[in-house]
Amino acid sequence: MDFGVIERNWSFLLGQGLVGIGGFAGGTLRLAVPALLLGFILGLFIGLARLARSRWVRVPATIYVELFRGVPLVMVIFWFWFILPFALDVALPEYGIALAAFVVFEAAYLAEIVRAGIQSVPSGQVEAALSAGLGQVQTMRYVVLPQALRNMIPALVTQFIVLFKDTSLASIIGYVDLTKAAQIVNNREIRPFELYLFIAVVYWLCAYGMSRYAGYLERRLATA
Amino acid sequence: MTYHFDWSVLWRGQAGAWLLQGLLTTLAISALAWLLALALGILAGALRTVKFTPARILAAAYVEFFRNVPLLVWMFFFYFAVPTLLPQPLQEWLYEHGAEFSAATAALGVYHGARFSEMIRAGIQSIPKTQLEAALSTGLSAAQAYRLVILPIALRLIIPPLTNETLNLFKNSSVALTIGVAELTFQTRQIETYTAKAIEALTAGTLIYLILCLAIARTMARVERRFAIPGMVGSGATEP
Repeated sequence: MDFGVIERNWSFLLGQGLVGIGGFAGGTLRLAVPALLLGFILGLFIGLARLARSRWVRVPATIYVELFRGVPLVMVIFWFWFILPFALDVALPEYGIALAAFVVFEAAYLAEIVRAGIQSVPSGQVEAALSAGLGQVQTMRYVVLPQALRNMIPALVTQFIVLFKDTSLASIIGYVDLTKAAQIVNNREIRPFELYLFIAVVYWLCAYGMSRYAGYLERRLATA
Repeated sequence: MTYHFDWSVLWRGQAGAWLLQGLLTTLAISALAWLLALALGILAGALRTVKFTPARILAAAYVEFFRNVPLLVWMFFFYFAVPTLLPQPLQEWLYEHGAEFSAATAALGVYHGARFSEMIRAGIQSIPKTQLEAALSTGLSAAQAYRLVILPIALRLIIPPLTNETLNLFKNSSVALTIGVAELTFQTRQIETYTAKAIEALTAGTLIYLILCLAIARTMARVERRFAIPGMVGSGATEP
């Protein structure tokens, strides 16, 4: 056991690997945070589309969700890795590929959260808004979504924890996140036990902290 | 750039055999890990509901630690780190007998066991306390009451979330490629490497995953209908 390896590579593991400050375009958080925000925007539209009355809107959205939820994330990352450079005709950095894959993949799961959140709003609210003279879009924007978003918050935090852990898979296409940073250090120092235990603890602290926060939000929403 | 499709790479040469091997490996890992996860999940889930505090803390520590760390990290940990702690002969035996496969199965099982246990705990807690009290007052010991009364009811109640988590386990078996297990995603990549036909290879792999996910969901729906508890809300089977 030699935990000095952590101390020697402290700034590389945490600065580069976890946060994303350093020589590589990497970082677990630098991937997870934009992926959640962009994925949520895409997921919002897909979630709304799944509730649309028109079949031409609803069926494609349903297929999107079911397709991405039926395929492993690793497979989706490989798809983007091979397809994006072909489709866009440019060489993309790992960051762009990983971000695109995570946004598209997470949007399927976030769409389900959006749908559940919207369906949790009592239908009396919609009827009241419509009879007050608001249009369909206005009802959605000013009455349903604000309440639905509030109900979604705990599920969104939970999904962010899943996403945060899943970003470790970006390391398979060479993106330098916390897991890849530990691999790089391990290749040089050959201290697998200390390094992998250390990143497990780092992941754990972040994820457990967030899950406690999600639990707190849930309790507060339940009493509000 | 233009891409020339050539679907015949999937049945020319070894591609078919590779896909089949990959599929079998994926199924083997998933099945073994599922059994491990279910055993750990039942054990930890049940222990979290007992009165004996040390057992509760131990089970909670297992669950919270394993489910809050990425599966990939557990794969690396079980493959690269754990063997270094074992005695030399055992280490050598392990490397000769497919250490990747055992490490991947262990990681997948332990990670999803923690997630299964949360559902099983919720299932047990949803059973009225009087069931346990009635079982104990008929003279059953606590272990017998859990084994014969509480767990059978809890397991039947949690089939829908268990289906979801079983699908997650199956899909997550693809992470095993990172430590060199020749499962389905690994073989898909191999076809791509040999033929440079990425789209064809990925389509084949993706379709196999989709079909199997559908098959698992169907099977679990049938299990759910078969074991639905009469008279409960939702016992009129729900499609996943």
